[in-house]
Amino acid sequence: MKESAVDLYKSLLEGDRRAAARLITMVENGDPESREVLRQLHRYSGKAHIIGLTGSPGSGKSTLARGLASHYRQEGLSVGIIAVDPTSAFTGGALLGDRIRMQELSADPGVFIRSMGSRGALGGLAVATNGVINILDAFGKDVIMVETVGAGQVEIEVVKFTHTCLVITMPGGGDEIQAIKAGILEIGDIFVVNKSDREGAPRTAADLEMMLETKPGYDGAAWKPPIISTVALEGEGVVELAAAINSHRQFLEESGKLEEKTIQRMKAEVREILSQKVGRAAEEALTSEGPGEELLRRMAAREIDPHTAADEIAGYLFKGTRD
Amino acid sequence: MERKIRVLLGKPGLDGHDRGILIVGHALRDAGMEVVYSGLKQTPEDLVEAALQEDVDVLVLSILSGAHLALIPRVMELLREREATDILVLLGGVIPPDDAGVMVREHGVAKVFGPGTDTRDIVAYISERKGSR
Repeated sequence: MKESAVDLYKSLLEGDRRAAARLITMVENGDPESREVLRQLHRYSGKAHIIGLTGSPGSGKSTLARGLASHYRQEGLSVGIIAVDPTSAFTGGALLGDRIRMQELSADPGVFIRSMGSRGALGGLAVATNGVINILDAFGKDVIMVETVGAGQVEIEVVKFTHTCLVITMPGGGDEIQAIKAGILEIGDIFVVNKSDREGAPRTAADLEMMLETKPGYDGAAWKPPIISTVALEGEGVVELAAAINSHRQFLEESGKLEEKTIQRMKAEVREILSQKVGRAAEEALTSEGPGEELLRRMAAREIDPHTAADEIAGYLFKGTRD
Repeated sequence: MERKIRVLLGKPGLDGHDRGILIVGHALRDAGMEVVYSGLKQTPEDLVEAALQEDVDVLVLSILSGAHLALIPRVMELLREREATDILVLLGGVIPPDDAGVMVREHGVAKVFGPGTDTRDIVAYISERKGSR
């Protein structure tokens, strides 16, 4: 570990916010030094309660995150917020606007907010987000909220491995419920009908309840995801939501599911890291100096098929690791 | 290792006009940068804290209220206090030419981009100054 990384790591443990910010950047950029830092930080993390917030754009995730953060601050807890917004697949740029909804938190040193572009290279988001969670965890944040746009498998992967996953919806058209159907019904521990002062809110809540009841395994599930109505802009329902999150945490602790979730998260983390490693090794094997070059020529000449070639490359990659 | 230039767009003071800075933001985004916007009516303290948490390379400020002589020195002072003078500070909006000179010479603003600036010039300036950290 280079001098600068050691310094940052020490400063982080001493509570230096800029060191935390710098380390997060290193993790986001996939800086090799960040891996060493994360290795060191691992033993300091594991204390925070991690909350995922997902839901379609405009459903009020940032405003709810702000409301929850204010609530937790009043309880004397420190808060970290990771707000993920999409990166353009065409330019690689991103406009990250979640802070606009969190202005009143910016003067509070007990809240650390970081905006992240989804970047989207090779499932990197999940790895980077986990890294950022670990940094904020080791930094001593009691509650960490991860906010993502509820679209795309990678982002679902991100919230799946939080302790409590909030799925946020709002009244207005069947589209909201349609959007929820696409895979995130299964991952929600708590469902929120935000903007519930709008017309159609009871209907949205009822639709949600029906969908949850018909969810496979719902009857036997020990945790029944509650549906909480909120008006985040006015702060209505935030106390109830925080209480539901608290109940879920208690349920996780008492049922032994907390450990299970932690193991799951570790598994997801190590799997992502592994698949990145293997992916990179495979790319290297296919470059002009790698053993793939010869195989590619033979494939082009129709002497060998891609499956056989892949087997040979896999054999080359994993030689000595098996048997 | 992929690094991106990170930028915070800031609206210090009380004017409510962010059309201009958002156009700049779109141009920077389209040039592949990660652009954070924290909204209107920010104090210098808010902006410097946000710039540090977001670990930005560039802080782009827009002021149309005429309060730049009060707000900019404070922003720069806070950046110095927090040992964050490596952050490139750009200023836009309605800044009289004489004041623009003062901002750069006396307070450490890197450059002032006035009305009518081609956004490509801003992109080029940032890329040149922060392209390889």
